[in-house]
Amino acid sequence: MLAARRCAPKQEKALNLVTLLSLPTVECEPGQFCGPSIEEFFPAPILFEGTPFELNRVLLIRLVAVLAVVLILWLGTRNWKLVPTRGQAAMEFVIGFVRQGIIIETLGEKAGRRFMVLLMTIFFLTLGLNLTGTIPGLQIASTGLIGQAIVMAVIAYVTFIYAGIKEHRFKFFKNALWLPGVPIFIKPVIALLEFLSTFIIRPVTLTLRLTMNMVAGHMLLTLVFLATNFFFVTVLFTQGNALGLLGIGTFAFGLAFVVLEIFVAGLQAYVFTILTAIYIQMALADEH
Amino acid sequence: MNVVGALAPLAFGLAVIGSGIGVGLIVGKTIESVARQPELQGRLQTLMWIGIALTEALCFIAIGVAFIPFPAP
Repeated sequence: MLAARRCAPKQEKALNLVTLLSLPTVECEPGQFCGPSIEEFFPAPILFEGTPFELNRVLLIRLVAVLAVVLILWLGTRNWKLVPTRGQAAMEFVIGFVRQGIIIETLGEKAGRRFMVLLMTIFFLTLGLNLTGTIPGLQIASTGLIGQAIVMAVIAYVTFIYAGIKEHRFKFFKNALWLPGVPIFIKPVIALLEFLSTFIIRPVTLTLRLTMNMVAGHMLLTLVFLATNFFFVTVLFTQGNALGLLGIGTFAFGLAFVVLEIFVAGLQAYVFTILTAIYIQMALADEH
Repeated sequence: MNVVGALAPLAFGLAVIGSGIGVGLIVGKTIESVARQPELQGRLQTLMWIGIALTEALCFIAIGVAFIPFPAP
């Protein structure tokens, strides 16, 4: 935190291509290396400043990503033929994986169909927003802002409590807290622990898992590429020091981490969806 | 020599050792079990995700603790 504070991001108010397309550049003493800071998730507003609809770069990217996801899913699932084209085959593979591999595998055929729309939405929205973290020119995942994750975690939380209450009425809370087969004198302790883990830790971890993974991934990529820039531009060309060739190494690491980040984007979407599905399934299940 | 910096990342690193070992054990045991009984893969995977979610919760609690405004001594 202390190290991050020393290099404040450059404040640019004007709407121009640089604020839209590039990461906020960090300013520090010439010849010094400045790492990335958390401020990159809170750049200067570019539209509607001072109103509740204030837009900054990250939120704009979120809107563009949502639009892209909607367009891809809409155009990609129109006019499906019996003999699939290449695009249709790809869409069928992804949608079929989410449908069979995540939803029906966990919830079963009947309950799976009930919650299909919600879980599909969570998966594709998370995937789309996560992938903007690695698209050149965008390079920031708007799921790194905690609001997105909180909204989705609250939806998941409300859904599994709704599913449980609808299935078992108020026996749902008894099933969840008052476990059978536990000696009576430690039952209150177990009930307290179960309450903490089911009704408090579950939504909190859903939120933090997604957000922190995206923030950490963005920091890692920015650190590596800023280091590459520093080594090549500052050390090698400005100072003429051969140590700048270390930039080749950091650049190679950066490319590897980009691949890792694409994997993490998919993995986090998968984990968020399957955990929501599992929580719904546990709420629907008969007494354990 | 003065060392300047934040202690929170260090504390988080220490916390992650535990949940890292935990997640490793869970995944390792799941792979072992699937190798023994491949037909149970679906159910084992569900259990594995529940276990990972619970274990990982500890390191997210560690992240959360860093943001609690403790009063300065």
